[in-house]
Amino acid sequence: MGFRIVKLPDIGEGVAEAEVSAWHVKVGDVVREDQPLADVMTDKATVEIPSPVSGTVAALGAEAGQMLAVGAELVRLEIEGGDTAPASVPESGVAVAPEVARAQDAAAGQPAAALVPAADGLEPAQPAPGSAAAPKPVEPPKPAPSKPASPAPRPAATAPSSGPPRPAGEKPVASPAVRRRALEAGIDLRQVRGTGPAGRIGHDDLDGFLNAPPEETAPAPAGRVARTGVEEIKVIGLRRRIAQRMADAKRRVAHFSYVEEVDVTAVEELRAALNQRHGASRPKLTLIPFLVQALVRALPDFPQMNAHYDDEAEVIHRHAGIHVGIATQTPSGLMVPVLRHAETRDVWNSAAEVRRLADAARNGLAARDELSGSTITITSLGALGGIVTTPVINRPEVAIIGVNKQVMRPVWRDNAFVPRLTMNLSASFDHRVVDGYDAALFVQALKGLIETPATLFMEA
Amino acid sequence: MSEITTKLLVLGGGPGGYVAAIRAGQHGIDTVLVEENRLGGTCLNVGCIPSKAMIHAAEAYHAALLQSEDASPFGLSAGPPRLDFSRTVAWKDGIVGRLNTGVASLLKRGGVKILRGRGTMVDGKTCLVETDTGPERVRAEHVILATGSVPAALPHLPFGGRVISSTEALSLSKVPATMAVVGAGYIGLELGTAFAKLGAKVTVVEMAERMLPAYDAELTRPVARRLAALGIDVLLGAQATGLSGDALAVEVGGDSRKIPAEVILVAVGRKARTQDLGLERLDLDMSGPFIRIDERCATSMRNVWAVGDVTGEPMLAHRAMAQGEMVADLVAGRRRAFHKVAIPAVCFTDPEVVSAGLSPDEARAAGHEIRTGLFPFAANGRAMTLGAEDGFVRVTARADNHLILGIQAVGAGVSELAAGFGLALEMGARLEDVAGTIHAHPTLGEAFHEANLRALGEALHI
Repeated sequence: MGFRIVKLPDIGEGVAEAEVSAWHVKVGDVVREDQPLADVMTDKATVEIPSPVSGTVAALGAEAGQMLAVGAELVRLEIEGGDTAPASVPESGVAVAPEVARAQDAAAGQPAAALVPAADGLEPAQPAPGSAAAPKPVEPPKPAPSKPASPAPRPAATAPSSGPPRPAGEKPVASPAVRRRALEAGIDLRQVRGTGPAGRIGHDDLDGFLNAPPEETAPAPAGRVARTGVEEIKVIGLRRRIAQRMADAKRRVAHFSYVEEVDVTAVEELRAALNQRHGASRPKLTLIPFLVQALVRALPDFPQMNAHYDDEAEVIHRHAGIHVGIATQTPSGLMVPVLRHAETRDVWNSAAEVRRLADAARNGLAARDELSGSTITITSLGALGGIVTTPVINRPEVAIIGVNKQVMRPVWRDNAFVPRLTMNLSASFDHRVVDGYDAALFVQALKGLIETPATLFMEA
Repeated sequence: MSEITTKLLVLGGGPGGYVAAIRAGQHGIDTVLVEENRLGGTCLNVGCIPSKAMIHAAEAYHAALLQSEDASPFGLSAGPPRLDFSRTVAWKDGIVGRLNTGVASLLKRGGVKILRGRGTMVDGKTCLVETDTGPERVRAEHVILATGSVPAALPHLPFGGRVISSTEALSLSKVPATMAVVGAGYIGLELGTAFAKLGAKVTVVEMAERMLPAYDAELTRPVARRLAALGIDVLLGAQATGLSGDALAVEVGGDSRKIPAEVILVAVGRKARTQDLGLERLDLDMSGPFIRIDERCATSMRNVWAVGDVTGEPMLAHRAMAQGEMVADLVAGRRRAFHKVAIPAVCFTDPEVVSAGLSPDEARAAGHEIRTGLFPFAANGRAMTLGAEDGFVRVTARADNHLILGIQAVGAGVSELAAGFGLALEMGARLEDVAGTIHAHPTLGEAFHEANLRALGEALHI
């Protein structure tokens, strides 16, 4: 028997470290060659690291959510008759690993990261189908059945298997080793039933608690019940990146928002007519491609909006090409795929590309360069209603356009109220580099273009 | 001024600080330990260790004295003993010195950098250390405050001259003819007993109506008997009012008395060492005179931790060590919390007293229905062969499930039983667990076994 050490390969972004976002194995698991070991995440991409050999997992180099240096020990595998030579993942097995050789070089000079040894009772990796961020619900304590003046319940061996683990306020009894294991696994021992003498919680009880199905369907007590459980959800992976980026944006960008009502009756009529005329032969048009067209028309007059502000270098990069980020809700959180060179596309082309990007992002198939490089962003919560949003700027961009719900409203026109389909545009700008006056002019320009859709298609 | 940047700075090299530093070193954490005096703190230099050495020497001398007076119970007689007290002190200092060196080498093995000098906090991450070779500035990601405690003084009996603290009592040049001890806590009684055995006429003055007020009367009764037998006067409800010529002025029940005292040992407790450390420049929440900490020894400032006496009672070296070890683990990124069932306490009086967990009164006050079992050493074979039959082991358990809540003992040598007591409590033992464990015969530990049996109504030897 020997050990094979799998190191974190350079996954090709020139990054020094990456986050282990999910484990597919845990200590003691038998893995086959090419079986995925872990998901590793960098700024944009999640890469699956497959096992280079078959073996048994002896130790994991990090807990889910931890950062690991490129070249650091990711997994230690116990293999038949092998030596203990460190091994990087072979190129064939890695999704994006063009620079494995470099990773090995880097690894040579780098101390191995602290390993989580198998014997240590840690629970670093739940076998995580899908996502390691899956929250582990902490079983809420059920209230003690109120039996006034009844003698203290006989615990010990006669402890009932339902109801609360122990009367309220009673400290759990457990050996120091069990207490430490629980703490490290993030378990509140007060929630764990002890089957030992005097209700003592043993390692077996802890195992049982850890492996228990998430919802234990105890008979619901009559009446309303106070819920006191607290669910702990680790902020890791994509969610952590979103959190960091949002906090960064809010901390650094001087946001201001500007909201204007836009009459979308004409553009909606046009959209409906086009969809009807072409039916299934062309991609179905939503409002987004029209808004993209409006941006393409308006931005040449407002180059300061299609820009990146590098606030550390104090330089503004005005972009000639228009790359529109489309904020997209995916199962794992917000992603922003990019419609590249919108100025080269017509509405159908835009519509097809937006749809393709959204699907790719939702299915986790978006390539890294499809998720970066936008110069201005559109965010749409319109379908969900809402009058106004205050969108957060996708730094280092300086503008973001939000689309709100379309509503039929009575509008005063030519001495009469007429029904018009209206919609609010909620736009945010980085006031450090965009003046309010310019922002207002820009939104008014968008409004003008959308309200008179013919202008969207007229060459200037 | 040179500047050192490190991951962890430990301010204070006592049991809390040095243990934290050793563990941090083992974790591979870059650690700097700042100590103004000698490594080992109060415990090693002027507390636990030297006082136990003195107590042992005093006991040996006292036993020899009994033999010379033909008072040995087993018929041993010897000539009158002579005590070269300067050699006693030198022997004690030798032990302290060896342990100092031991701590230093353990720290060195862990790769800990030791900075000798007075450390003053500049902010939550920076400490200015006045070393022999000039000031050094240490910048650290994490800081552990382990500055310990100092003897508390009485305003009308300030330290100086004949008025001494435990520190000076351990380095007297000769045994005083008369000694007054102010305070009948464990420090005063331990040292008072030792000096009485060495030949001093000792009087203990205590303001409260009881000695060893932290322990219950049943537990301290054998100690009181022994003090009386050694000719130590214990004045309870007595207040030391000041010096009066060669004597200590005391008021007892309205009467003024003068107690002849060549040396006056003030042992009225210890106070947290929070002065002159720059702590006022930190934004630390206090809990009375102590630094407030949570169950992880975290202070109100992020990455500033505090362990040991500076965080309050119980001021015990082993508590500080456990805290220090835990904080080092925390700094290394482990999940830890100070969830202990018991912190055992030992008095090296004659006889010794041990307490772990709750006393019967405390257990009742906590709302428990209890059953207790007490087994006297008078019924223990080993105690008889040691000529030390006074004392007992007492266990307190819950009446409903027999979970042991507390264990106390008083008797010669019972300090060594503390290990078993602590283990039983931490493991969540029931009376049946200890009762079902074979305790080797003939040992004092059998009394622990029997106390559990007795609590179950199944005692064998009584």
